[in-house]
Amino acid sequence: MLRIEYLYWLVGAFLIACAVLNLRERHYSMAAFWLILAGPFVFGDAILGALKQDQAWPAQAMGVGVIALGLLAARGRLRMTADGPGEQEQRNQSATRLGNRLFGPALAIPALTVALFLGGKILASQGIELLDPKNLTLTALGLASVLALFAAFRVTRAKPLQSIHEGRRLLDSLGWAVLLPMILATLGGVFAATGVGDAIAALTSAVIPIDNRIACLLAFAFGMVFFTVIMGNAFAAFPVMMAGIGLPLLILRHGADPAILGAIGMLTGYCGTLLTPMAANFNIVPAVLLELPDQYGVIRSQIPTALGLMAVNILLMIVLVFR
Amino acid sequence: MPDVINYWPLLGVGVVVAGFALRRNPVLVVVIAGIVSALAAGMSVADLLALLGRIFVENRMLLLFLLILPVIGLLEHYGLRERARSWIAGFRGLTLTRFQVTYLGLRQLLSMAGLTHVAGHPQTVRPLVAPMSEAAAERSLGGELTDEERAIVRASAAATDNVGLFFGEDVFMAFGAVLLIQGFYARNGIELEPLAISLWALPTAVAAFIIHAIRLRLLQRRLVRDRARADGARDAAH
Repeated sequence: MLRIEYLYWLVGAFLIACAVLNLRERHYSMAAFWLILAGPFVFGDAILGALKQDQAWPAQAMGVGVIALGLLAARGRLRMTADGPGEQEQRNQSATRLGNRLFGPALAIPALTVALFLGGKILASQGIELLDPKNLTLTALGLASVLALFAAFRVTRAKPLQSIHEGRRLLDSLGWAVLLPMILATLGGVFAATGVGDAIAALTSAVIPIDNRIACLLAFAFGMVFFTVIMGNAFAAFPVMMAGIGLPLLILRHGADPAILGAIGMLTGYCGTLLTPMAANFNIVPAVLLELPDQYGVIRSQIPTALGLMAVNILLMIVLVFR
Repeated sequence: MPDVINYWPLLGVGVVVAGFALRRNPVLVVVIAGIVSALAAGMSVADLLALLGRIFVENRMLLLFLLILPVIGLLEHYGLRERARSWIAGFRGLTLTRFQVTYLGLRQLLSMAGLTHVAGHPQTVRPLVAPMSEAAAERSLGGELTDEERAIVRASAAATDNVGLFFGEDVFMAFGAVLLIQGFYARNGIELEPLAISLWALPTAVAAFIIHAIRLRLLQRRLVRDRARADGARDAAH
């Protein structure tokens, strides 16, 4: 079976290759950054396995690595590497020469992801597990990227090593922004483990008039948005707001419909995701990828949609949940 | 919930808010916030390091998209974005609004089918949707984009991808969020079928499409108007 761990090792190998290329050009802090980041991908299973046997030092070493990544990130700056002379001209020529064949490998990524996902599902239902069933979409995506790379070699006739150089060019220009999704998810986990959620839920339920169901509903909705903005993730906000307000006040006290409250409450949290730099993989990484002058450009573009949809969600809940 | 709630870990939230407000490096801000929160909760340094390390490793799937970078980088070197642009420029009657609304609908339908990782910022927005949006905008505006217009069009491409993803994925299929909701209720003694939850995501999905499509229409209108005004100002100066 293709375990997702094999794909993690591939990510680790790519990061190490990028570290070596940076080292050769004497970009020491960038090289150190990618080398440390390779850690969770190369040793991830070993670290988690050691913890299960009460061996904490590998995880603690990784913890030191996380702090080191934070310090290295503060030294670096985000910039896209400028094109070399003649690069634009070369790209125009090659675009004309290769034409629509260039779309093949690019579209192969989504197409193969779908095919592998569906194929994996069908095979798994027959009891044959070729792809990691717990991480089917991600495994499909990873495998599709590898296969698409071979298709790209065929179309462009490039040497394999060149793909590492081009991948590194993109990775270096993403810089520390690449780390944000992972580090923010880590913070979410730390907040959950240290009881930040309980504290916020206790504060909110202490200040709202609990006999008024509309006030409770508004507190729940705004709490979902606010907490999602802080944590960058509606998944983290949901259990907190549900345990604090949704379940004890809205469902048990005021008889709200749990299915409707859960579904629309979660989507109200998603409106918060559109608003926050903490949801870095959706809001900050694309701003860097698209070379926007303003890091918050994507968020700015989303604000009216998020606010409009938040209003719709709140109205839907007021009308539907207390039937 | 414990009887006595420790409010000190909230200091970590304060660090995050202050750090973003002061525009310090987000990675460093987040690491410090985590440390502050854990120390305020009375955790030892050894436990703190192990917690940081463990949760960091457990979230490594978020960076699996790095495997896409070598393919996309290689194709870009051979002119993928230039080709995407000229291909779209060949379509008559295609406008920025029509292109992005089509992408929005497609993205919502794909993510309703559970195919959330099929599209995304590294795999489709940067190499295809952004350059195609620029080409469509150049058609709508009749000429090359200024740097400012280009940034607006690109940001709108990324925003459209996010809206399509977020407000499609909970409909019909029992994935991530729906299972989280169902699991929460099950632990609290409320048994629900996943489909009973996910169908209630449909009204919001429709509203998201309508609201964002209207905004895309207004965006194009604004770009055209601003350009007409800028041209008018230039003519008046002559």
